[in-house]
Amino acid sequence: MHGLINRSIQLFVTDTYGPKIWAKGAELANVPKDGFEAMLSYEDILTEQMINAFSEILDKSPDMLLEDIGTYLVSHPRLQALRRLLRFGGETFVEFLHSLDSLNERARLAVYDLEVPGLEVFDDGGGSFRLICRWRMPGAGHLMIGVLRAMADDYGALVLLDYTGWDRDGNDAIHVDLLDDGFSDGRQFQLARKAEFSQ
Amino acid sequence: MTSSIRLPEETIIQLIPMHICVHTDGRIRSVGPTLQKLRPGTKLVGRLLTDIFEIRRPRTFDSLEQLLSEDGQKLSLYFKDEPRTQLKGVALPIEDPKGSLIALSFGISVVEAVEDFNLTIGDFSATDLAVEMLYLVEAKSAVMDELRRLNLRLQGAKLAAEEQAFTDSLTGLKNRRAMNVVLSQLIEARSPFSILHLDLDFFKAVNDTFGHAAGDHVLQHVAKVLLEETRKDDVIVRCGGDEFVMILNGLTQPERLRDLSHRIIDRLNKPAIYEGNECRISGSIGVATSTSYAQPDSDVMLRDADNALYQSKSDGRARATFAVAG
Repeated sequence: MHGLINRSIQLFVTDTYGPKIWAKGAELANVPKDGFEAMLSYEDILTEQMINAFSEILDKSPDMLLEDIGTYLVSHPRLQALRRLLRFGGETFVEFLHSLDSLNERARLAVYDLEVPGLEVFDDGGGSFRLICRWRMPGAGHLMIGVLRAMADDYGALVLLDYTGWDRDGNDAIHVDLLDDGFSDGRQFQLARKAEFSQ
Repeated sequence: MTSSIRLPEETIIQLIPMHICVHTDGRIRSVGPTLQKLRPGTKLVGRLLTDIFEIRRPRTFDSLEQLLSEDGQKLSLYFKDEPRTQLKGVALPIEDPKGSLIALSFGISVVEAVEDFNLTIGDFSATDLAVEMLYLVEAKSAVMDELRRLNLRLQGAKLAAEEQAFTDSLTGLKNRRAMNVVLSQLIEARSPFSILHLDLDFFKAVNDTFGHAAGDHVLQHVAKVLLEETRKDDVIVRCGGDEFVMILNGLTQPERLRDLSHRIIDRLNKPAIYEGNECRISGSIGVATSTSYAQPDSDVMLRDADNALYQSKSDGRARATFAVAG
């Protein structure tokens, strides 16, 4: 798994539960105690061991853990870069949802060997959407629920998110009900990074 | 006769939010909303195009009317006042009302432009790749930051590893750091031992005459001689440019130390050959023995060996002198 993903999990644990919990889980999962380098690649198995270890330590199911990680990735002040990159997907939450169709391509444009969940978005009309998630690791659907929840807040949209489980082809599926596209002001997004940070 | 499509102004605005319609007299008839956003508070409509913009390309033209009547004339424009944002575009003649439609875009200046004018995604047409380009610029700089951090960490780790290493990279002998550790261990264990401090004579001349590569070769040759002439468990240190220290555990008899010194000096007196050149050096040695001291101290012993070494040098080089315990 790409170091960026492993490092995100590491940052999530340290920022949310503190360095002691990180050290404990790292030991249990047999991953480098000093953590991961964002720009290197690691064996897939390390990521799974890490999720399982923290799921045990924090007494949370892996699914819940992944959902929390998804939310953290978008909403934590330390990871502004990711939120901004996602906001380039569109001006409204609906546009953003459609942009997820090319999430993988967008990620690879930035970091050629980064594999994020591959998503397929179906617009069923009436504010109802289905997302099919494919990834080399289980749990992509739960991770994306966390991401979508935080992004809806960011856009100021009111949504209902539902994990509908595995489809016949073995892919994770999410159901999105958009109740109100302009529920709140959301967070401002300026194309110019400087403009946003000077506010 | 080509077929024509009439487009309502709203459609043109959607397709080209950065357009200008110009009358044949060169006055601006209308502008797209994004273009107007670049000059908030300035009424562009009604002004002469050449009052607002400097036409950078084409370099020369007879008249604006003639220029804009060319079908598909490519243009490069700058605002006349600050910020002078560069725009590129294409002019197309239109019939009713007679004049030109100029479609503009930022080109490469888009990164600066979004900063200067606080533009949003909605300011660009849906087919404009500007937003994707901005995404890419931001993603790349985030990646670069991450790589820079990685490089700094690796650089730090490399320095730390070098600091911690006990080996001299040129000769493979131990370094000064290792020497200090070994000496304090011997003193701690109260083992009898001797220090031979060797300084090369005429080494600078080799460097100056044949170059640093020859100098390096000589140092490697010296290291080989020292390893061959000493015992397996002796610690041989390169502790400076052309300075070596041999730490001989359990060896304190003066006759044996003198023999050893002479064997080393004899071999160093034979020239080392580097690329066909004879590199002539010799060596001067100072000897200090722990048993000469009531309470051996590594700094004192090294200092005394060093003084003895300089005695050897001033007595005519290529010899060994025993330290007089202070």
